[in-house]
This record gives sequence, structure tokens and C-alpha cells, in this order.
Amino acid sequence: MTALAHVPTPTGQPAAPPPLPRGGRRRLLPYLLLLPGAAWLLLFFAVPLFQLAAASLYDPSGSLSTGYALTWAFGNYPDALQAYWPQFGRSFLYAGIALVLAVLMGYPLAYAIAQKAGRWKSLLLVCVVAPMFTSFLVRTLAWKTILSDNGWLVGLLRDVHLLGPDGRLLATPVAVVLGLTYNFLPFLVLPLYASLERLDYRLLEAAGDLYASPVQTFRRVTLPLSMPGLIAGTLLFFIPATGDYINAELLGTPNEYMVGNVIDSAFLVRLDYPQGAALSFLLMAAILAVVFVYLRRAGTEEVL
Amino acid sequence: MSAKTTGHDTPAGDLRLVNLTKRFGIFTAVDDLGLTIPQGSFFALLGASGCGKTTTLRMIAGLEQPTSGQVLLGDRDIARLRPYKRPVNTVFQSYALFPHLNIFDNVAFGLRRRGIRSVDDEVMRMLALVQLDDFGHRRPAQLSGGQQQRVALARALINRPQVLLLDEPLGALDLKLRRQMQIELKRIQTEVGITFVHVTHDQEEAMTMADTVAVMNAGKIEQLGAPADIYEYPATAFVANFLGQSNLLAAEAAGPAGSDVPVTAHGARYSVPAVRARVATGPVYLGVRPEKLHLVDAADRVPAGHQYVTGAVTDASYVGVSTQYLVRTEWGSELSAFAANSGLGGRVPVGASVVAHWDPRHAFLLPRQPGADDSTAGLLDEPVGASS
Repeated sequence: MTALAHVPTPTGQPAAPPPLPRGGRRRLLPYLLLLPGAAWLLLFFAVPLFQLAAASLYDPSGSLSTGYALTWAFGNYPDALQAYWPQFGRSFLYAGIALVLAVLMGYPLAYAIAQKAGRWKSLLLVCVVAPMFTSFLVRTLAWKTILSDNGWLVGLLRDVHLLGPDGRLLATPVAVVLGLTYNFLPFLVLPLYASLERLDYRLLEAAGDLYASPVQTFRRVTLPLSMPGLIAGTLLFFIPATGDYINAELLGTPNEYMVGNVIDSAFLVRLDYPQGAALSFLLMAAILAVVFVYLRRAGTEEVL
Repeated sequence: MSAKTTGHDTPAGDLRLVNLTKRFGIFTAVDDLGLTIPQGSFFALLGASGCGKTTTLRMIAGLEQPTSGQVLLGDRDIARLRPYKRPVNTVFQSYALFPHLNIFDNVAFGLRRRGIRSVDDEVMRMLALVQLDDFGHRRPAQLSGGQQQRVALARALINRPQVLLLDEPLGALDLKLRRQMQIELKRIQTEVGITFVHVTHDQEEAMTMADTVAVMNAGKIEQLGAPADIYEYPATAFVANFLGQSNLLAAEAAGPAGSDVPVTAHGARYSVPAVRARVATGPVYLGVRPEKLHLVDAADRVPAGHQYVTGAVTDASYVGVSTQYLVRTEWGSELSAFAANSGLGGRVPVGASVVAHWDPRHAFLLPRQPGADDSTAGLLDEPVGASS
């Protein structure tokens, strides 16, 4: 960096070199700190991933009872995609709509907590995280009650004619999207909050002083400076939401099933391991592709 | 180049604060302030932290809503306009440069928000004015404090505001850079001719740069005037000791006699010209600036017409351009006296008996709370101009 070129080096000469064995240990220290995590990842991520990759290439005619043979059956992939592309598309569609809803709700929420909540900040943050203290399953079941045909919400919507007399919420795509939005909202709000909390309000004052209206201040200062949090939050929301199968299972019908439901049934009901494994890899690849394109577009100079 | 006014404003762009008041709960930060700042002047609001000077500035900028009162620019009351609708820009204490924009885009920010598309020439001209021509592509974090300060200045000035507000803009800089920037700011102000309102707690900074200084205390203005006038003839004890230091002796005055006001202080009689007396009867302070107090070894060497007190030197500190003495009087107060190290006259040793004398034309009388004792500088602070 040329800006620092004129800065004199902190000390002309480095301090006396430390005794060798100590220096050697010091150089090893980062790797030692890395060791537990790396071993964990190797055992429980890398090894199963390889097994899954192998399973996706097994001979599809095998079964658990007769055993599988690794025949490099690459045909498993197009076959799986052909059979389940609607569920695949639905996963991305539902997760995408839920993401838009979550950003529309989560950004103002995170902004209010970070910049306006004052002494209520901690309490509000706890409120955002509090649902996480109960299990995912229980929360989704609660939504089943809320959206049920004889629940108050459906009753209210029928009364104001937003729903027809036989209209329902449960077992519709709407229910699944609402469930996804609700369940993953904290993953979006927390990183966004962290990034908005660091936002210096004096920069907003400066923008106002320099003729930026509140809308312009948001577009030119607040949004760009909160972009790292928004990117992290949308990824943390979108990735698990795309692979989710609980919401479609509990709040939808087979017509709303997402790719997660298909993988679930392939492994646990139909016991079709090659297909389940192939679908898992396809999902992983698709998410990676989406995230890659997203980061390339969002992570430009324009937004930091 | 003269300050550009933007069409709908009256030509007389004086900034006037009328009965301006700001309360935070029960605390009154700015108390019924009245002030006129002539167009094109360099005006300093000087005061200790918490005196209301920054709140006043923020009300002019629109970042704080006044509880009551008016902010008039020409004939227009801007007190209730949103900040982005005011022809006023601010150089913030923390600079508040946008970290995600480079220097060029930071400086262009205000123009672009007003829908001006071709900004290149103007931005480059501004960067040249603050001598940062080649820095347009850098990020704020890559600049030094002094450079960031100049970017903040350029970013505000490029909008040709009617009034430029500076909130302790030099506070974060080291002494040498601060001196340099003081001269620089003064140069730029003369060049662009825009009204500068500068808030500072640094009396030397205010005196170096401003045409007019307002000394603020507890939400009110204690004194307003040219720096030299305030320094030579302060209006209150607060001003006498905030702008430089003063030796203030508790005295009693019994009304003017001819062109002089005779006073009694600690059993001795003194007099001060009536034109230098803020009050002429009752409890007063007899004030003399430390550099106007001269030390000699015996009363018979006091020049004719001078008045004096006797005492003993208790401390002497040599600060290069001058030596600062503390003289303990017979009644126990410590006066400070600065002697220039001009090579004329020797240094006085600690413990020596001395006579401290002054020309009555350099003394002044200030109002004093009944019962208040001597108010002398005591500690040896950096005097005005001692280190420059």
C-alpha cells in the first residue's frame, strides 16, 4: 500500500531473535489450534461425503438386502433429476420467496434493534433468538395449529373475504413458505444486526448534512455499509431453507414437497441409496452454483 | 471569489441566532442565545466541553431541534428545516468520511445528491484546494488524520454552503499538524469567502483563526469580540481565565474618581483607568495578565506610575521563550508572572523576595461575587503564544 510507504518501520531492527525451540513451537501453534476442528471435519464431513459420493454411483438395481456394487453408474444423476425436477424447482422457488419475505421483515427489524432500540436492545435480541430455545419440530407444529382450518387466523381471513368460504392455509404452498420464513428468520436477522450495530450514526448525520434525503441516505450509506451482514444473513437463510423438508412435510402436502422430502424418503422409506445420494449431490451443486453467482454479483466494488 | 447565494436567499446572508434555547430534559444546554454572525466572517465559538457550543452548532446544521428560538439565514428561518434542505455544511469532529467510498466519491457526495452529474472538474478543483490532488482513488482508511481532515473540509466546501460549520475539526491532530491546519483553514476561508463557524475548546486555535470569538459558558455567551479585545479587556472572571490566564485580586471599589477607579485590595490602594473597569463600585476583581506583571528586587526600582505588590518567588519554570514565576504574596495568594527570555535582565531564583509591578493601564476591573477570594492562575499552564 503506497499510503504507508512513508511510515517509518516501527523498529529499525527486530527484537533479538527468540531462542530457537520456542520459535519453532510458536510456528506450530496455529496448526495445533486447527487440529481438533480439522479432525472433526475430516471424520464427520469429508469421510461421509466420500461415502455419499460413492453411494451415488452404485448400481441402482442393488438393494440393502442384496448389497450394492460400485459400478460408476453416472446415469443415477440424470435419472434422479428427471424423476424429481419439480421438487427441485420448488425448493428454490419456496426458499427464494421466503428469503424475500424474510429480508423485507428482517432488515427493518435488525435496523430498529441496532440503531433505535436504546436500552431495549438486549431484550429485543433475546426475543429474536428465544424461539430457538424450543425445537424446530415443535415450532413448526405450532404453526400447524395457527394455520389450521378451524383456527382463528383462517376464520379471520374468511370473515374479511381474503379467503373464500372453503379457502385454507394449511396444506398450501403459502403455509410452507410462511413456515420457512419464520423458522429461518433469526439466521438472517442476527448477522444483519451485527453489521448494522457497527454502523456509525454520525455517517448518517453526515449524509443528511450533504443533501441526502432519508431514502438516499439508506441507498448510498446504510445499505452499502450493511451489505456484509446482508450477504451473510441471506446465505445463512437460503442454504438451510432450500434443503429443508420439515416445513413441507408438516405444513404442506406431497404437492408441496421439496427436494429434501424426496431425499428423506429415498434414504428412510424407499431405501434407494443411490438415488438419495445422487439427489443430495445435485442439491449441493445447485446451491453452490447459486451462491457463487450471488457472491460474484453482490460482492463487487459497488457494495464493498 | 465571493460566497455564492442560491437565488431565493436574500443577499445579506448573515447568520442570526435569536433566543435560541435547547433543553435536554431538565438540563438547559443552550440558554436563550442571541448572536449575529456576519456573512463571510470566521467566527469561533469557544468554551469548555459541555458549555453548549456543539449543541448550538448542531442546531444550525439541523442535527438537533431547538426547544425554542430561531436560526435565521438572511431573512429565512431555517430552524425547522431538515438538515438536507439547509444551505449549511459541516466538518465533523470525527470527519465521518464514508468508509465504503473513495476520496473522489466522498467529495462528490453532496453534488451528486443534488442531482449534479458532471462533478469531475469541481471535485478535482476542491482536491487541489486542500492539496490532495492525487488521492482521489484512495479509501479514507488509507489516509492520515490530517489528510482525512482535509477531505472532510473539501467534501463540505464543494457544496458552496452559505455557512460552513466546523466542529472541533482539529481536535484529533497532533500539535504541529494542528498549527499547520490552522493556517491552512484560515487561508482557505479567505480564498472562498464563506462564513465559517468554528467550535473549539482550544483558546489558542480560536485566537489564531477567528475574526470574532464568542466565549460560551453554561449555555450562554460570556463575551463576544475580536480576539485581541477579549484578551486585553475580558468581561468576566470566567473569560479572564478561560482565554489565557489572569491574576485576579479580590478588591473593593468605591466608585470612579475622575478618570480612574480607586480600589482597595488586601489593605493596599490601587487604581485602574475608568475605561478598563467593567464595574466601578462594590466587590470587584483587580486583574492583571501574567505577562503584564514584571518582577524587580526592590520597591525603589518600580517605574514611576506603576503599582505593585511584594512577595517571594515560590516556583520558576523555564519554558524556552519565557520563564514563568509563581510569586506568593504576603497574604498567601500566588500570582503568576511571565518574563520573556529576551536576554535583558537575569533570572530570579526561587525564594528571592521580589516586587511585582504593573502599569495600571494594563489592569482591569471585573465584577466579583461578594465573598469570593483571589482567583489566580496558580498552576503554570501553557500561556497564549508561549510555544509558537
